[in-house]
Amino acid sequence: MGDHRVIIVGAGPAGVRAAQAVVRAGLRPIVIDEAARAGGQIYRRPPENFQRDHEALYGTEAARARAIHEDFAALLPHIDYRPETLVWNVAEGHVWAAHEGETQAIPYDALIVCSGASDRVAPIKGWQAAGCYSLGGAQIALKAQGCAIGHRVIFLGSGPLLYLAAAQYVKAGAEVAAVLDTSPFWLRVKAAPKLAAMPGLLWQGMKLLGDLKRAGVPVLTGVTPVEIEGDTQSGVSGVTVRHKGAVKHFAGDAVAMGWHVKPEAQIADLARATFAFDPATRQWLPQTDADGRAGNALYLGGDGARVLGARSAEVTGELAAMAALADLGLTVDADRRRWLLAEKANYATFAKGLAQAFPWPHELVAAIPDEAIVCRCEAVTAANLRASVNTAHAQEANRAKAFSRVGMGRCQGRYCGHASAEIIAAARSVSLEKTGRLRGQAPIKPIPVSLKRNDL
Amino acid sequence: MSARFRRLVETDRPQVSLTVDGVSVTALAGDTLMVAMLTNGDALRSSEFSDLEPTDGRRAGFCLMGACQDCWVWTAQGERLRACSTPVQGGMEISTHQPEATWATIA
Ligand SMILES: Cc1cc2nc3c(=O)[nH]c(=O)nc-3n(C[C@H](O)[C@H](O)[C@H](O)COP(=O)(O)OP(=O)(O)OC[C@H]3O[C@@H](n4cnc5c(N)ncnc54)[C@H](O)[C@@H]3O)c2cc1C
Ligand code: FES
Repeated sequence: MGDHRVIIVGAGPAGVRAAQAVVRAGLRPIVIDEAARAGGQIYRRPPENFQRDHEALYGTEAARARAIHEDFAALLPHIDYRPETLVWNVAEGHVWAAHEGETQAIPYDALIVCSGASDRVAPIKGWQAAGCYSLGGAQIALKAQGCAIGHRVIFLGSGPLLYLAAAQYVKAGAEVAAVLDTSPFWLRVKAAPKLAAMPGLLWQGMKLLGDLKRAGVPVLTGVTPVEIEGDTQSGVSGVTVRHKGAVKHFAGDAVAMGWHVKPEAQIADLARATFAFDPATRQWLPQTDADGRAGNALYLGGDGARVLGARSAEVTGELAAMAALADLGLTVDADRRRWLLAEKANYATFAKGLAQAFPWPHELVAAIPDEAIVCRCEAVTAANLRASVNTAHAQEANRAKAFSRVGMGRCQGRYCGHASAEIIAAARSVSLEKTGRLRGQAPIKPIPVSLKRNDL
Repeated sequence: MSARFRRLVETDRPQVSLTVDGVSVTALAGDTLMVAMLTNGDALRSSEFSDLEPTDGRRAGFCLMGACQDCWVWTAQGERLRACSTPVQGGMEISTHQPEATWATIA
């Protein structure tokens, strides 16, 4: 039974719980993660020579973070762990992994992808200026490096991470100029019944808001971003928004921007998952059954499948592993599975509440001024994109990409894909779904052309 | 050139020295190259598209998680590094300008 080949991509909360379930079944999985240390995004660890303890780093989530780190350390003798290794392609039953200039194709019988999420960002006029960072990036600077992204930081976006990251900055002694939320407060009130599915998390969210207000940080909800000011040499100098009919300006040398996070689904895409359009969050998502089966020996867990948050990632990572084990003919604990499914359902209700309370500002994106840059990689403006749609009849996202180059730059559409789809849909007066989906392409991140194969 | 990033905690670490465009700067052991450079200056590179309108100028990274590739810098030997996920090492010689394309540097 030891000969089933199971590969797990990602050593965040989902990947760690998946690995644990696979080891419990007597198998030795390969666990691949691009990062140097396990933990994933939320439980990301600073380099070894840093001093802060789990309480200082992870606050209310310290106990969970410690459990993930310690449980993973205990798994090390029983797994084939490959840190600092990038999965850049999946094809014909093989995972292509690169490490230190070398690559190999690793065959699998079951592939469990727990690749996590990345920031969902809306382009705002001026966002290409130096000093603009993704919200998650701002948090990583603090968590993993003990730094603030600037001397006076403006938080712009929507979602729980906006308040969390701003509060973490305040607590660490950074100057926070303002928290600017595009979602109006009444939507939160409307979503309260769904958010109450996780009363503990709801309470934490309210406490963060209190912490920010007590610290004297202006918190504005229902803002319409106008512009991130700055110049091409020295970078960001401030943010202007419209709020309750007035124009408001906040000076600052850094902006942390983000509208929740979205799955990093490129690996699932290359492994032939099917995608379906999710109207509630206005994005294409890989499809799985309740346990995480995506077909073709592919299983998805954690935020890489659907963003349900860190606690849920532990649940869905384990579920995905149990599905893989069952399909390999191994017995799984049916009671445990039922319990996990019920937990997942609760997190899903909560996530619906979050999507309702802090929506992706698609109308703002569709109405972005012509001169604003949509693709920061290659400086493609909204005007360029709209022109390509109109002149080349590139109604579909992949065709518009070819004509305008939006989505062809360094980030491969990670930070402009959702926005460009909104702009194309509006320019053609078609539904977002009709513009299609930017397909994932290998390599999913740039790799050196000098990469050598070491498995031949 | 003023520092973009501000150190808040974890400042009690040994110092390391590197050069950026030939200028010697000091960072702390455990810094990423990005933090090493942005606690000494305000950008990592210039956008290769800055001749376009509107010019989009100098860049200082965006995601810090290895996803956007906005933070590329180069070694004196022409090797490309992703500053947000490369630990700084004493003696590094970093260039903020992309060298002429060679087979070793394009990808
Ligand atoms: C920057 C950031 C900060 C966040 N902060 C919080 C927070 O404070 N609180 C909160 O509740 N939620 C936060 N989230 C949401 C977060 O997605 C989840 O809460 C949680 O981390 C999900 O766990 P996961 O195991 O699904 O994925 P992750 O924890 O993201 O783990 C995924 C792992 O997969 C690895 N990986 C991905 N692709 C590849 C590849 N191609 N090759 C090799 N390895 C790969 C990554 O290196 C990573 O370690 C944050 C998200 C981001 C992006
Ligand atoms: S800042 Fe995005 S990859 Fe380094």
